[in-house]
Amino acid sequence: MPAPELFADPIVEAKDVHFSFAQQSIYRGLNLLIPRGKVTVIMGASGCGKSTFLSLLGGRLQPSSGQVLFDGQSVAALSNNQLFAMRRKMGMLFQSSALLTDLSVFENVAFPLREQTDLPEALIRILVLLKLEMVGLRGARAVMPGELSGGMQRRVALARAIALDPKMVLYDEPFVGLDPISMGVIVKLIRELNDALGLTSIVVTHDVVEGRAIADYLYLLGGGKVIGQGTADEISRSTLPEVRQFMNGLPDGPVEYHYPATEYRRDLGLTPERAAR
Amino acid sequence: MKPLAALGRWVLAALARLGAAVLFLLRALGGSVRVLPRFSLVLEQLYCLGVLTMLITVVSGLFVGMVLGLQGYYQLVNFSAESSLGLVVALFLVRELGPVLSALLFAGRAGSALTGEIGLMKATEQLSAMEMMAVDPIVRIIGPRLLAGVLAMPLLAAMFSAVGVLGGYLIGHGQFGVDAGVYWSSMQNGVELFADVLNGIIKSVVFGFVITWVALFEGYHATPTSEGVSRATTRTVVTSSLAILGGDYILTALMFGGW
Amino acid sequence: MKHKGIGRGIEIWVGVFVLGGLAALAMLAMQVSDAGGGGGATFRVHADFSNVGGLNEKAPVMVGGVRIGRVGEISINKENYRAVVGMDINAGYDNLPIDTSASILTAGLLGAQYVGLQPGAEEFYLQHGDRVAITQSAIQLESLISQFMFSQGKSKPSESP
Repeated sequence: MPAPELFADPIVEAKDVHFSFAQQSIYRGLNLLIPRGKVTVIMGASGCGKSTFLSLLGGRLQPSSGQVLFDGQSVAALSNNQLFAMRRKMGMLFQSSALLTDLSVFENVAFPLREQTDLPEALIRILVLLKLEMVGLRGARAVMPGELSGGMQRRVALARAIALDPKMVLYDEPFVGLDPISMGVIVKLIRELNDALGLTSIVVTHDVVEGRAIADYLYLLGGGKVIGQGTADEISRSTLPEVRQFMNGLPDGPVEYHYPATEYRRDLGLTPERAAR
Repeated sequence: MKPLAALGRWVLAALARLGAAVLFLLRALGGSVRVLPRFSLVLEQLYCLGVLTMLITVVSGLFVGMVLGLQGYYQLVNFSAESSLGLVVALFLVRELGPVLSALLFAGRAGSALTGEIGLMKATEQLSAMEMMAVDPIVRIIGPRLLAGVLAMPLLAAMFSAVGVLGGYLIGHGQFGVDAGVYWSSMQNGVELFADVLNGIIKSVVFGFVITWVALFEGYHATPTSEGVSRATTRTVVTSSLAILGGDYILTALMFGGW
Repeated sequence: MKHKGIGRGIEIWVGVFVLGGLAALAMLAMQVSDAGGGGGATFRVHADFSNVGGLNEKAPVMVGGVRIGRVGEISINKENYRAVVGMDINAGYDNLPIDTSASILTAGLLGAQYVGLQPGAEEFYLQHGDRVAITQSAIQLESLISQFMFSQGKSKPSESP
């Protein structure tokens, strides 16, 4: 089903990943490939473990079985130093932006540069202003993160995520809680940064419209597995009921509207016999 | 059988938590060593933990010393032994009240702030973000705080005791007219540098270590919600206060029992 | 350091804090404890007592209420079973006459005990290793009371201060 040329040299590969957390099985045999240099969107209902994939990929969680490969290397098998070296090639945008609240916007973007490099102050300044300009916030450099709107905080976090010129940027729910304008700004930024900097982008989201708008390739997760994949058009044309339910936002379907419960009338005390009488 | 099972479960949970705390401490110690080359991070924390706790410590020390002067004088004058006032005030402060009370203040002021700060950093994914930026929060965040706590506590305790001795002098000499020379010389004759002053300092180092450890552990392992953080903050104050008072008994028995 | 987040004000305050703490430590060491007085040169003079009562090492040695040294050692003479008190006199007081007398006194009724020296009139002075010949032991309150009770109406206490 996947287009072969897209996956000739995948940057990330998940091979039969099983993962459970707090006695709850989240992945039951997850298999997916992330094409290099593209924007890949991973979608799924809330609580289906989309963000968990980013944690596995970043080495912050370990799969119970199976492998997550980054550039052909199993993340879980890396030593601590190798793991840190790998993370330097990744930027990550957290849902809550996760800016360091006691540092200014400038210092937040400068943080990875100061921690990871020995660059002179003058060069750090240039690099930080360059990244801030990319997200349009060069003028807000002296402001503290708390004084910015949620959308701007996310843009600062994005500038910070690309400060070290990573190969890959991970976006965890980048559209959540934003007004339509900010949302549009983020969509545009993800696409522009991906193409201009030659990045690979992985976007985890449950927003169908935005997800479809930026995706070069799209995965739909459900029940701990990939239930649908393809380009945005392919996914939209899918006839699989699970996929159709999610993409069209239908309340009932293969994913049931009702939380599993006992029979309704019995729960209310109306036993079938009495009701029949 | 039910209460027995509950007790067993409670003990197991407590042991597991203690084990986690010890593992965390080992990592934190490693982090403190690795952060040493970047001492400015420690200085920053000395400000947050030391300087901001200094005022409350000094003021409390003054009042405690003054109360000791009052109570000590009222009791000693019954035996016409008010010449020993300086000795009584100084021994109480240097051996017990200085280290213990300043540690309790430190737990309330700095320990709770530490837990809140770390817990909030966890809740807002700042710690995760650092990990993803290939920055180890144990080195960058935990290490300097542990070092600063251990460094700040003895200095604070010394300030508490010194100001307290002055407070006792203020009352003894100023209000009751105990001779200044007698006040200071009775102190110098009775207080010993190693047995009393140094042991008091050792106590405060231990307390500083324990408070910072508890505070950092509670913050780092807090449930990442606002409720979880506030509960962790409460636990920090309760646990470290109990540890201070219990530990003080053990340390006193070890230090002063044999000598 | 390369990290810029730490400002000048913070550095100054940390400096104040550390200096304040060290000053407090120094005060505890020099002013509150005995380390300050014991620093100078001293010479050792011995005195024999039949009873030292509750005298402790480090107790002050005073002349006319002024401290001139302290008790460095209390031991027992194995031959005559008398207590030997070694006093470390500050080197500045090197003009105590050799007929100086020593007595063990109490500050207040129940206060700490100390050695009081009563200078004599000789022109030779006590030197390191000398012995004070005239001594008066500690008054023991309990023996004083019992003597008083048993000898009431008879004779005066045999050994009174």
